[in-house]
Parts: sequence; structure tokens; C-alpha cells
Amino acid sequence: MKTNDVIFQTIAKVVFFMIIFFAVHLFFAGHYHPGGGFVGGLLTSGAIVLLMLAFDMKTIKKGFLIDFKWLISLGLLFSAGTAAGSLIFNVPFFTHAYDYFQLPLFGKTSLHTAMLFDLGVYLVVIGVTMTIIQTIGESE
Amino acid sequence: MTVISDMFIVFLLLAGAFFSLIAAFGVIRFPDVYTRNHAASKSATLGVMCILLATFLYFLVEDGFFNSRLLLGIAFFFITAPVAGHLISRAAYNSGVKMWDKSVRDDLKDKK
Repeated sequence: MKTNDVIFQTIAKVVFFMIIFFAVHLFFAGHYHPGGGFVGGLLTSGAIVLLMLAFDMKTIKKGFLIDFKWLISLGLLFSAGTAAGSLIFNVPFFTHAYDYFQLPLFGKTSLHTAMLFDLGVYLVVIGVTMTIIQTIGESE
Repeated sequence: MTVISDMFIVFLLLAGAFFSLIAAFGVIRFPDVYTRNHAASKSATLGVMCILLATFLYFLVEDGFFNSRLLLGIAFFFITAPVAGHLISRAAYNSGVKMWDKSVRDDLKDKK
């Protein structure tokens, strides 16, 4: 019997954006609420895995043009760079800085360099999860 | 005001728990995988949505806290749970799981 995935594929397309937005929300909420880079990264890769289940892997590779192994190195560069950046200002390794800024759309916002470190964690988690799943999925 | 909202929240919570219990009974008592799936996906979806709505209303009334994640959870569950039931049923049919003996209609039998 010829299988027809139209219900699953349509729902996956809608649900993908809900999961991605929730992952971004978890990532930015990490400083004051439960969440952070790790959960956000896992949820983002979960959304991509949902698309891979609904469609096949070649289609997803056409959509996400980056190699996920590059995300691992980019994330490690972000984390190590944030930690090493404090050495320039003559303070100990991993010293973070923050300040309050008046952003045009968000109003008074506190920007913290720990967020850059968290961005590194986020990218590494996405890269590692997607590399594992792609490697297992493609081996015959 | 709070008495009315409290009664409403209690009603929603009890209704959600009742529907979840009914779903569990259906999964145990029904004869084959399709009727069980029917009970589990419909009744449990409604039950969980009632409980989530009660939680949302509780935090809105008691703390004045608008928790949009619960609303997103309601929408998400409403979209995904029936599709999951559909996929499980279809996987069971395609792998040749038999229907109940007294079933009378199988529209997919000739669509090979």
C-alpha cells in the first residue's frame, strides 16, 4: 500500500515553528526563569528531528545548508571567546560583565556576557545532537 | 468573584481527571488496537486540556500571572495528540494488525 504522509507533514510544518519559538523563548528566559542554552538547544534540535521524521533527510539537508559539525566549533569558539575576553580587561578568566541598556523596542534591558556563553552552549548542543542523529540515520 | 472562579477551576480539574480516568478504562476494556486508540487519543486529549486550562485560570486568578506557556501547551496538545493517534493507528493497520471480530466495515481493504 502506498503510504501518504500529508497529515503528518502538514502538522509537522506548523508545529515546527511553535517548537522553535518556544526554544528561543527558553533560551532567552534562561537568566531569570527555568531554561537556558542546553534545553533551548535540545528543543531546537528536537524540532529539526521532527521535520526529518516527516520528510526525508535529503530535503532537510537542502533546507539547512550548514554542516552541523561547524556549529560545534562555532559554539566552542563563542564560549571560549567569552571566557577569554575578560583577560583583555585585566580581570580573572571567566569574569562576566553586565549593564542596563535602553533598547528601542524592548525598553530597559540588562545585557549580560553570560548570554554569549549560553549562545555557545546552545550552538554546541544543536551541533552535537544533530550530528549524532544524522550519523546514525544515514548508516545503512 | 473568587468563589465562582474557584468552583469553575475545581470543576475543570475534576472534569479533566475524570476524562483521563475514562481514557484509562477505555484502553483496558476495549477489544482491539483501533478502539483503544480511539479512547486514548480523544478522551485523554480533552482531559489534559481541561487540566491545563484549570491551571492557567488558577494562576491568573490567584496570582494575576498570565502564563502564556499553558495556552501554548493547550494549542500544541490539541494539534499533536490526534495526529499521533492517527499515525499509531495507521502503522498498526499497515503492519497487518487484525480488527475486532465483530467489526463490519473496512474501507481500506481494497486499496492495495
